[in-house]
Amino acid sequence: MSALSEDLRDKITDALVNKNAKTVTVLSSLLAVEDELGYIPPRAIELVALYTKSTINDVWGVASFYTNFRFTPPGEHVVEICWGPTCHLLGARGILKSTLDSLGLSEEGDTADKKVSLKYSTCLGACSQGPVVHVDGKMISPQSIGRTDGSALVDKISGMISDVENGKSQ
Amino acid sequence: MPSFEELLNTAQQKYQELSSGDTPWIRIGTAVCGHAAGSDDVINAISAELEKRGLQANISPVGCIGLCYAEPIVDIVKAGQPRVFFKNVSVDQVPELVDSYLVNNQIPREMALAYSGESSVDGVPSLDSLPMWKHQVRVAMRNCGEIDPTDIYQYIARGGYAALNKAISRMDPSEVVKEVQDSGLRGRGGAAFSTGTKWSFLVGSPGPTKYILCNCEEGDPGAYNDKGILESDPHTLVEGTILAGYATGASNGVVFIRHGHEGPIDRAQKAIDDCYELGLLGDNILGSEFSFHMEVSLTGESYVAGEETALMESVEGKRAMPRFRPPFPAQSGVWGLPTNINNIKTLSYVPEIISKGGEWFSNIGIERSKGTAILCISGNITRPGMIEVPMGITLKEIMEDVAGDAPGGHKLKFLQTGGPLGGVLSASEIDIPLDFEAMAQAGAILGSGGIIAADDRACAVDMTRLLIAFCQYESCGKCFPCRLGMTNLIEILERICKFESRPDDLALMRSVGQNMAGASLCGHGQLGWNPVQSALKFFPEEFEEHMEQKICRTGQCDGLMITPQRTRSRWTSAQPLELRI
Repeated sequence: MSALSEDLRDKITDALVNKNAKTVTVLSSLLAVEDELGYIPPRAIELVALYTKSTINDVWGVASFYTNFRFTPPGEHVVEICWGPTCHLLGARGILKSTLDSLGLSEEGDTADKKVSLKYSTCLGACSQGPVVHVDGKMISPQSIGRTDGSALVDKISGMISDVENGKSQ
Repeated sequence: MPSFEELLNTAQQKYQELSSGDTPWIRIGTAVCGHAAGSDDVINAISAELEKRGLQANISPVGCIGLCYAEPIVDIVKAGQPRVFFKNVSVDQVPELVDSYLVNNQIPREMALAYSGESSVDGVPSLDSLPMWKHQVRVAMRNCGEIDPTDIYQYIARGGYAALNKAISRMDPSEVVKEVQDSGLRGRGGAAFSTGTKWSFLVGSPGPTKYILCNCEEGDPGAYNDKGILESDPHTLVEGTILAGYATGASNGVVFIRHGHEGPIDRAQKAIDDCYELGLLGDNILGSEFSFHMEVSLTGESYVAGEETALMESVEGKRAMPRFRPPFPAQSGVWGLPTNINNIKTLSYVPEIISKGGEWFSNIGIERSKGTAILCISGNITRPGMIEVPMGITLKEIMEDVAGDAPGGHKLKFLQTGGPLGGVLSASEIDIPLDFEAMAQAGAILGSGGIIAADDRACAVDMTRLLIAFCQYESCGKCFPCRLGMTNLIEILERICKFESRPDDLALMRSVGQNMAGASLCGHGQLGWNPVQSALKFFPEEFEEHMEQKICRTGQCDGLMITPQRTRSRWTSAQPLELRI
């Protein structure tokens, strides 16, 4: 076994044993791995099955069901754009469009250089501040960037995302 | 373990010191609305500014006071002054705020939102007179924005855990159930079933292990009130759950939250940990015979996980797919054991109901719908936020008095209530009382309390497409009427939005929708026709324009439609998997 895969196994095992929920289930174990690695590698499916005394089928069944799990490493930066009805009414579509354009993507996914992963979110929960965007876990809204007019907001957020892409901020 | 009286004494002493303002007490909104508005940066800026000037202050990150449009809100209490709230405070304004108010005692009027307290402030409105505060009766939200949600003593100082102490020391469990029955409280998750009756089902089920599940899945876009309560006052939920456990003879409580919402998760966990530390959870609570245990359980992203039987599957770590009923949860629920599932808001009323009596609660609201409604209002309005108003108030009053007009002189066109499955309600029909039955009669649902306002710039067909896109994305796939029905509906709606509809598309949608309503296993499919039906009822002419004249009057359907859709994740590994160590 290579050092890399041993390191991965150790990380997964550590998450399963030390960072799991009080009541351990297949789902709680997968969430612990995702928190640790940001994705679910094939090895984790095997280890979760062993750890929870389940079958690979059971574990894969759960992992493929919940839409938060991804199976390849995420980009360096993760951008989530809310497309819930409130954000939609407040201009999310324009933000989504500009962001896709600036990242050279046609739908959610990773940029070719793996710098940015773009994700659609059904609701980020900050409806009162819409339209909102999550950049590496930090919520951004018109209020937080100090601009409230629609087009300026789109420019500002696409600008921030290209900054992220160029490694200038966050 | 300390007695309740000892806890109360300590709490009151601490709270007295804090609220006297001898050292200025600065509260800053840090619920999700505050975070999104930039409250973290504001807190850091205030701390840095205070340090630079060598000033002392107690800074408390609080939850959401509900005036979300004014976040980040900085609320300052200092000796000899009324409590003053400052609105939309940006990092740049912090030095001026500290300089003029904390150092020179001058209230910067243009930054002030309101004051509260006995002495008034010239040129600043009182909190009670704010349009958004008008009509509010705060029961479950009584502590929201008032206390630091991570400090159990602040909760106790404001009357917290007194209801638990009263119930454990002076009430029989059956009296607690009766109090909740007398209050007329109905579930606030959407189904509006009598809470007292639901509890009584669990009372009769055999123990010793029985569960109370608190549902904070809350995947509804537009609703953040469950998360709002957990972020602002998690102890009211914890106390309500322990009381539910005492009343029904349950042994375990589980708070069920969607993974990724760190605010509610961390604050609920902290509240539970603190309760264990002070003997309010665990074995022999407050020295009594009663024992109760609680934990937080996380779910992955799945809207259907909020359905009560799917929720139990998720707690067990499986795919969140609904179960067949019977058996009902009170007989065989999570792990096959008797279970009661309550919404966060429902349980958060319980401490006040036990403290003040069921009759007190039943005097708020109207005949069929007692108590208050906790609403999240957002969209094209002046004042988005979270409010608690008595049942029976009309939607019109809420929109006109509380929410305010659409910005830029636009006119309200429709409301989208009760989550995506609730459909739309035309602005001409909103003179209806907030009441479970009246709302249903009008073709809308109160649901979990989300109200999204759309003005005349919004296209009714586009909104319907968006709602169905959500429902299709979130269909769990267990039963085919929902799985295939939602896919059919979104395909047809996309055609209509692209002006490529076929002559029989409306009839086809109706047929699909009726089959979904009649044949789906859970509410997701059963109500899936609702958004389309309601839009067709109120805005038939817009569908006709899209289909016949191939135009969209709002210009929203311009071909740049993005319908985020995804089939469930695909396997990416070329390697077969095996069980190996």
